[in-house]
Amino acid sequence: MPRVKSTADRRTLGEVIKRLLLFDLFKGLFLTFSYNWRALYEKRDGGNPNQAIYTEQYPLEAARVSERFRGAPRLNLDPESGQTLCIACDLCALACPVDCIEVGSIRREVREGEKVNKKKVLTTFIFDTSRCMFCNLCSEACPTDCLELTQSFELAVYHRSGFRWDREMLEKGIDYVRYSK
Amino acid sequence: MREQGVDITPGTLFDAEEMVINMGPQHPSTHGVLRVILKLDGETVKDLDCDIGYLHRGVEKIAEHDTYAMITPYWDRLDYVAAVSNDLCYVGGVEKLLGIEVPRRAEYLRVALTELQRIASHLLWLGTHAIDIGAVTVLLYAFREREEILKIFEDFIGARLTAHAFRIGGLWWDAYPEFEKRVRDFLKILPGRIDEYETLLNANRIWLSRTVGIGVLPADEAINLSLTGPVLRGSGVKYDLRRAQPYSVYPEFDFEIPIGENGDTYDRYLVRMAEIRQSIIIIEQALDGLPEGPVMAKVPKVIKPPVGEVYFGIEAPKGEIGVYLVSDGTTKPYRMRIRPPAFINLQSLRRLSIGHLVADVVALIGTIDIVLGEVDR
Ligand code: SF4
Ligand code: SF4
Repeated sequence: MPRVKSTADRRTLGEVIKRLLLFDLFKGLFLTFSYNWRALYEKRDGGNPNQAIYTEQYPLEAARVSERFRGAPRLNLDPESGQTLCIACDLCALACPVDCIEVGSIRREVREGEKVNKKKVLTTFIFDTSRCMFCNLCSEACPTDCLELTQSFELAVYHRSGFRWDREMLEKGIDYVRYSK
Repeated sequence: MREQGVDITPGTLFDAEEMVINMGPQHPSTHGVLRVILKLDGETVKDLDCDIGYLHRGVEKIAEHDTYAMITPYWDRLDYVAAVSNDLCYVGGVEKLLGIEVPRRAEYLRVALTELQRIASHLLWLGTHAIDIGAVTVLLYAFREREEILKIFEDFIGARLTAHAFRIGGLWWDAYPEFEKRVRDFLKILPGRIDEYETLLNANRIWLSRTVGIGVLPADEAINLSLTGPVLRGSGVKYDLRRAQPYSVYPEFDFEIPIGENGDTYDRYLVRMAEIRQSIIIIEQALDGLPEGPVMAKVPKVIKPPVGEVYFGIEAPKGEIGVYLVSDGTTKPYRMRIRPPAFINLQSLRRLSIGHLVADVVALIGTIDIVLGEVDR
């Protein structure tokens, strides 16, 4: 049974002498100063685990966002026809735990080649980003890969109404901040 | 305490034997919104009561209106510094209810992620506990390592804190190509970093005088208070759900359960540091034995468990977190009960604090390792 090192080890003569000479204090200070020294003389280096400066210089440089990050929503368009991929099936709205999606659709006759079919067509799509918790359940429910959570994360707006994204905004995406670095 | 109708004059105020003061709910050392009502005699704590509920969101009630898949994100928000562990508990409970066999690759990845989360949670605990006691440097160093883990999470799961890591039946994403290398690189540097924290703390005389002998909890009392996790193990009780009630693939791994001797704040600190080292060993084994294959079991689109009830508990960083689910055969649970570790561990605060100084209460709240999101639910 492994027992963690405990009080008894600290009562030996060697330990007492170390304590008298402020050994503990200098050991800690030495560690901190070694970091300070390296931070002064070393460059920040992304891949090196022993780098001394860790802070991301975010507003000055683009933040590091991973590929799977779940951020601002987007409605994807068919790359060929430019039409929306959404089939107005409402599955995303049903999957959402906090009801932040509203899908509006009408039944309309759609010409497909020769035939004319009655089909559900997407009219409006409202996504409330203020209530969304970016859990990805809606995007996982979508059968056509239309709704997607993207890597963009700068969602701050000046007015509350800005949190309600309409279809146009979801298809276009928000204006990205451009970083020089 | 001022009696009704007693005039406050300098005489009555300064001769009073006891005083009642509030610590929190906006106190930086109460780790959230915990209000501690203290009855003091000078600096000594005579009595203490906790007022909780400021962060109550009614998760258990919300769950009755949501389908099984929808509830998982709410679990991230219980103990929000260990979201991945919470997810494992909930999805494990639903899988037990449904009788789903999770693919082995998914189980191994789950163990690796959960143990990383345990390290991250203990590091956050170490940093905040140290800063409560007055050692600021440790916070900065611990957050540096925690950041590495959060980056691994972001690349794997897509979020850093409120992870929504697991789905019922497995994982949504398989590991990304460099996952194994990233984790191994991190595990290689971590032991050295733990040595650094221990350099700063283990022999530090301020740390020792603030933690040794503070809040001593004998083993029998810890058991009577139904404590779990490092608080219980710090008192010398060898109880860990990963061994006592094995779940997932833990029986296949080789690891020790560190326990303390004296049951004081210092031992609980040592236990958590030893647990980080054990987690490293578990993750290495999980990566070594990582099988190939799918990461998602065959799960029906609409999850409709049979009528029945189930309890599933796991060893979260803070203790036993459990879910009790009652199904009435519909798509929504009839009842979901959460067994929160921090809520139950928090009740030991009164027992630990009485007789100590006000400044020690801060250290004792830290040593229990509470997260108010889970205490209040
Ligand atoms: S990410 Fe989650 S909360 Fe946000 S809209 Fe989708 S399902 Fe709803
Ligand atoms: S699930 Fe996809 S296709 Fe269906 S309504 Fe939502 S975005 Fe459109």
